Amino acid sequence: MHLEPTMKQAVIRRSVRKFAEKRLAPAAVEMDRTGDFRWDIAEEMARLQYFGLEIPARYGGAGLDSVSAAIVIEEISRANAAVGLCVSVHNSVSAYPVYLFGSEEQRQRFLTPLAQGKKIGTFCLTEPNAGSDVSALETSAIREGEEYILNGNKIFVTNGGISGINLIFAKTKPAEKGKGFSVFIVESEREGLEKGPIEDLMGMRGNPVCPVSLRDCRVPSENLLGVEGDGLKIALSTLCGGRLGIAAQALGIAQASLDASIKYAKERHQFGKAISEFGAIQDFLAEVGTRIEAGRLLIYRACDLKEKGNNYTKESAMAKVYASEVAVDATRAGVQIHGGYGYTKAYPIERFYRDAKVCEIYEGTSEVQRMVIARSLLHG
Amino acid sequence: MKIIVPMKRVPDPDNVDKVKISSDGKRVSSEGLDWKPNPFDEYAVEAALRLVKDSGTDKTTGEVIVASIGPEEATHQVRWCLAMGADRGILVLGDDHELDASVVARALKKLVEKESPDLVLMGKQAVDGDSNQTAQILAGMLGWPQATFAGRIETPADLSRATVTREVDGGCATVTVKFPAVISVDVRIVTPQAVNNNMIPPDKLNRDGPRYASLTGIMKAKKKPMDRYTLEDLGVDTTQRVKTISFSQPPARSGGVILDTVGELVQRLKEEARVL
Repeated sequence: MHLEPTMKQAVIRRSVRKFAEKRLAPAAVEMDRTGDFRWDIAEEMARLQYFGLEIPARYGGAGLDSVSAAIVIEEISRANAAVGLCVSVHNSVSAYPVYLFGSEEQRQRFLTPLAQGKKIGTFCLTEPNAGSDVSALETSAIREGEEYILNGNKIFVTNGGISGINLIFAKTKPAEKGKGFSVFIVESEREGLEKGPIEDLMGMRGNPVCPVSLRDCRVPSENLLGVEGDGLKIALSTLCGGRLGIAAQALGIAQASLDASIKYAKERHQFGKAISEFGAIQDFLAEVGTRIEAGRLLIYRACDLKEKGNNYTKESAMAKVYASEVAVDATRAGVQIHGGYGYTKAYPIERFYRDAKVCEIYEGTSEVQRMVIARSLLHG
Repeated sequence: MKIIVPMKRVPDPDNVDKVKISSDGKRVSSEGLDWKPNPFDEYAVEAALRLVKDSGTDKTTGEVIVASIGPEEATHQVRWCLAMGADRGILVLGDDHELDASVVARALKKLVEKESPDLVLMGKQAVDGDSNQTAQILAGMLGWPQATFAGRIETPADLSRATVTREVDGGCATVTVKFPAVISVDVRIVTPQAVNNNMIPPDKLNRDGPRYASLTGIMKAKKKPMDRYTLEDLGVDTTQRVKTISFSQPPARSGGVILDTVGELVQRLKEEARVL
């Protein structure tokens, strides 16, 4: 068992960290304040292939292994979690399923612009009355000749405000539970697809999350991903990879919080010495540092299973629930270490705290992850 | 056009607190340090790539070879430069304390004889030892023209010579060197318009600073050729010309003082610090 990163993975971490510290971190405060996405930065990232992490070079991607992809997402999120979210969702639940389930023609048409970062992708599953419960989807896709007519409302669409290509989950056979839904690749400019106002979020404010509605949106049958009824299969497979993306992102936020806390604890003096010399502060740092390391190993282990083509449902759920809870706990401890200053916007730690929270919610809540893990433990 | 860029690995300047000196004061211990390519050498790699590669089309008019003299672990920093876009690497194995500027220059001379480049393009100095000698010694030994501290390099499209603007005290000096030549670069060489080979359209500006390695660049770097030699293989005379008598840590910084009035500040800057 090899637990050390390869030289290539080490170079990737170093290279992405350098870019992220120079270009992404300085933009984070303003993105958080205004909610404006930075297209100039996205273009730079596209040139560095951050939008095609695990996609093979023949479709314009970087062809990375899963661990390397997790490292990229972690390092981006460490500097700027909102951009990390954009890259994570785009790669793991938008580009990757098109690669995995798309026909050669669909890959050429949709995957290449996604992997090259010319189009940003979304994954539109959640609805006002369906989220964790996928079978409650209400969006419908009715076949009419060579077209499907889509109607319904999707909410909390990450990257919604900037997307060019959207994966829409819709019921093709409303009577059949589970098997009754399918996935459509819908371009943002297609008539009948409308984007609602950007959500006013607690954290991840630099990512334009919005509702997407479909009103008699006519989609040609060649935009159907896989075959009719593949929806559940695609959702389950995609969400496994998606969990790893969010886990890597949470890990990046936790690491950012620990790094900021160490720096602050060494600089801040009380009672005549640096607060890093107090046992209470050291306890925080030791606990957070240990859990980050444990989370990292869980993630890499799940990535390794994915890379080797094994089932990684349980492991990805474990990595996701653990890393996201580490992120929330690490940032909470981080604010505490920063004291009163931690509660102001003078330091980035309050932003990390706000950014971290959603990691326990999206891509399957912690409660759903535990359900998945328990099911796997109980029934194998 | 063939360019050799010598590159030294140096401790990450962020590690400055971790640098320790051996108890006999003869050596700097490098244990536990993070390493990176010497920043000035990284600028030289960027300048070399700008001279021979068209960033927009991947068209290339030459070859960039990154050569390092150091321990086996320096492979890492060479690969880093290959990930930026250099074509191949050379590693000459040697331990840091066996090397001084003259040994390095002699080793580079052997590589130059082997490779016959048109240009040796290097950082003006390494940020660890700060000797600022290798380029000058190498040019002297080769009998080649040299232009040090380059802030701007322009070549005609036939790449026969370079017009180099040098950063010197009090201003700039512009010289022309015929290839083959040795050029050492200063920090301004990575500003957007600092390198002009009269082939890339002027509207296609480079970005400020050395380029970031793309993920594809990193993937390709692994497969790029890398030659390994020992100093012995190359027949380098390893006699050092610099004798280190001792190293010592700089004195620890003492705390600041808060003054009551501006008048007092001016007075102390004048009389104690003597900067006014």
